[in-house]
Amino acid sequence: MKFLLRRVGFYLFTAWAAITLNFFIPRMLPGDPVQSLINKYQGRLSTDAINSLRVLFGLNTHTSLWQDYLSYWGNLFHGDFGISFTYFPTPVADVIAQSLPWTLMLVGISTIVGFVLGTLAGVGLGWRRGTWMDGLLPVANFFSAIPYFWLGLIAIAIFGVAIPLFPASGGYDGGLEPSFSWDFIGSALYHAALPALTIVISSVAGWILSMRNMMVTVSSEDYVTVAQAKGLPERRVMFGYAARNAVLPSISGFALSLGFIVGGTLVTEMVFSYPGIGYVLFQAIGSKDYPLMQGVFLIITLSVLVANMAADFVYAFLDPRTRQEG
Amino acid sequence: MTLASPTIRPVASASERTPVLQIRNLSVDYGYDDNAVHALQNVSLTLHAGEVLGLAGESGSGKSTLAYAATRLLPPPGVITGGEVLFTSSRDGHGGDLLRMSDAQLRAQRWRDTAIVFQGAMNSLNPVYTIGKQLIDGITAHSPRGQKEAAKRRAMELLDMVGIPKDRLSSYPHQLSGGMRQRVMIAMALALEPEVVIMDEPTTALDVVMQRQIVEQIMSLKNELGFSVIFITHDVSLLLELADRIAIMYGGNIVEDASAREVYREPRHPYTAGLLHSFPPLHGPRRELRGIPGSPPDLMHLPTGCNFHPRCPFAFDACTTIDPVLGPTRFEAEEPHRSVACLLHDPAAAPGPVPVELGVRPPGVSPLS
Ligand SMILES: Nc1ncnc2c1ncn2[C@@H]1O[C@H](COP(=O)(O)OP(=O)(O)OP(=O)(O)O)[C@@H](O)[C@H]1O
Ligand code: SF4
Ligand SMILES: [Mg+2]
Repeated sequence: MKFLLRRVGFYLFTAWAAITLNFFIPRMLPGDPVQSLINKYQGRLSTDAINSLRVLFGLNTHTSLWQDYLSYWGNLFHGDFGISFTYFPTPVADVIAQSLPWTLMLVGISTIVGFVLGTLAGVGLGWRRGTWMDGLLPVANFFSAIPYFWLGLIAIAIFGVAIPLFPASGGYDGGLEPSFSWDFIGSALYHAALPALTIVISSVAGWILSMRNMMVTVSSEDYVTVAQAKGLPERRVMFGYAARNAVLPSISGFALSLGFIVGGTLVTEMVFSYPGIGYVLFQAIGSKDYPLMQGVFLIITLSVLVANMAADFVYAFLDPRTRQEG
Repeated sequence: MTLASPTIRPVASASERTPVLQIRNLSVDYGYDDNAVHALQNVSLTLHAGEVLGLAGESGSGKSTLAYAATRLLPPPGVITGGEVLFTSSRDGHGGDLLRMSDAQLRAQRWRDTAIVFQGAMNSLNPVYTIGKQLIDGITAHSPRGQKEAAKRRAMELLDMVGIPKDRLSSYPHQLSGGMRQRVMIAMALALEPEVVIMDEPTTALDVVMQRQIVEQIMSLKNELGFSVIFITHDVSLLLELADRIAIMYGGNIVEDASAREVYREPRHPYTAGLLHSFPPLHGPRRELRGIPGSPPDLMHLPTGCNFHPRCPFAFDACTTIDPVLGPTRFEAEEPHRSVACLLHDPAAAPGPVPVELGVRPPGVSPLS
């Protein structure tokens, strides 16, 4: 219990620090970004938007830094991240709310599938080390070394263009309205297939290699030999004693990759023009949409924190030794 | 460690001794090609019902390898290249060659018939499970389904038996001291009342006081439950005290196999005699430790003839060409139970009578020429 409280305290502090940093960064940008934006948008910005920009960038001369900071927090709690320029006049919060589910579904599910498949394969390869299965290792090595964007482009070139089995871009058929109809869901799944496949392929090899190596190490531990000497069924020894312990180091790696779902999806969504949060970030950067960038960065930071926190708790649950000292 | 004088136990007569584990011509290599380490070469050893058989030898002589191979737990790159390991129950006669059993037969045999306590049992418990779970899963693997409650009661009983409070069942290994973990391993080995328990240096990682307690506990449990023990250690003085019989290993061979008293009073092999000089005498003034000059053989490039000849003070010409086999001593008529692997005891090869150091006769027997 004490351990739990201490970890929660730690993460709350980190979250506070990250959010505060997010407040100060735009204030440290050189020049007057608001003026340049106003010029750029030539009267298309309402006075409201200009005011909220001034607050955001700390250019509101009537208030102190402290007051700005307080109202920044107040806005956050109301889910108010300001107005996006790129999608003017849509609030940043709405832009994020629309794009985030796409990313979570596509990258989230394929990251989990990649981890589960890779780890299971690694368990098998590690358990049967020294057999013909070792011949699969160079293949895994090859796939883990391919840069992701290259794999994505190849996949589009082959399965999107040369043999057009899958759509090469977008998240759903342009003729459909997003809704919970079978048509729409089918189209979304169809569009997600190719990017999902590339994510799974590029991540699965890494999980296979790390899990296989841990399995080889753990398999030679005395407690695995003891489990065998006890006459436990082979599957029990393999999963209950060897894989159970070998997976521990992978947990933090997995949490990290879950945390980077939001942040690391940029390349995937650029390559496949997928309407997720990575694509939004890409556009925000391209058009100097500071409020949108700030919002996306905040989401990225928080998701990394949440994933790490989850990993900590899962780890503590799986390994009694960490529960002890905290 | 305070040592009592070697307890002299009457050696049972041949007809009373029923073998439970017979290891015959067991050979083990580490590695698969020409560079393989020949860790065991045609090792034969018999454990009888109710016996404590001590296995001693320098580090690297192959003691652990013998324990792993005899239970078919040898980790890669170890391979058994020949031999057999016959288990014969002294209770109902079931058994067979462990090395030729199917996986299912072997799994059923394990723990129920032969259990093993590993060297440095500090890592023998999985850190992520409670000791209760680890005791129970071994029991349930060998009992009919749905016997979880019975297994739990048995686990508590076992902890009690080795003097650990029952509520420790829900402790994790890291919450126990080294001595307690070792006791848990002993309790675990005895869970199914096996007939054979192999203990590979069960006390090396512990302090002297704890060693003594554990050894005494093993012996009293043995007397109570009547299992047979192969007790592996490099501590010959400990074996003199607790073993009925002692087998001495050198460079992947067993060089001498005799009762504890005989090994101590009347060693027949030059290596045994050297080994006895390498620890202080139990009684009387301390002599200087002589040890055995030279170093153990390179198992990848074994010397020709007798493995021990480069270090043997008694070596003669034939030793470099003939590999001695474990057989009777020159005094076979008086000591039929013991065997030795040395050409000095082979009338066909020996240059003369057995040297006096290796020819000490049992009391009451007049010296032969
Ligand atoms: N995995 C391995 N690969 C190669 N050689 C090995 C391996 N394991 C053991 N050996 C060799 O086999 C020989 C016997 O080793 P073993 O562990 O059986 O000795 P031991 O008598 O138990 O020694 P100790 O008293 O140190 O436990 C040693 O010479 C060792 O170098
Ligand atoms: S056979 Fe020769 S070398 Fe080997 S122990 Fe006997 S005397 Fe020594
Ligand atoms: Mg050993």
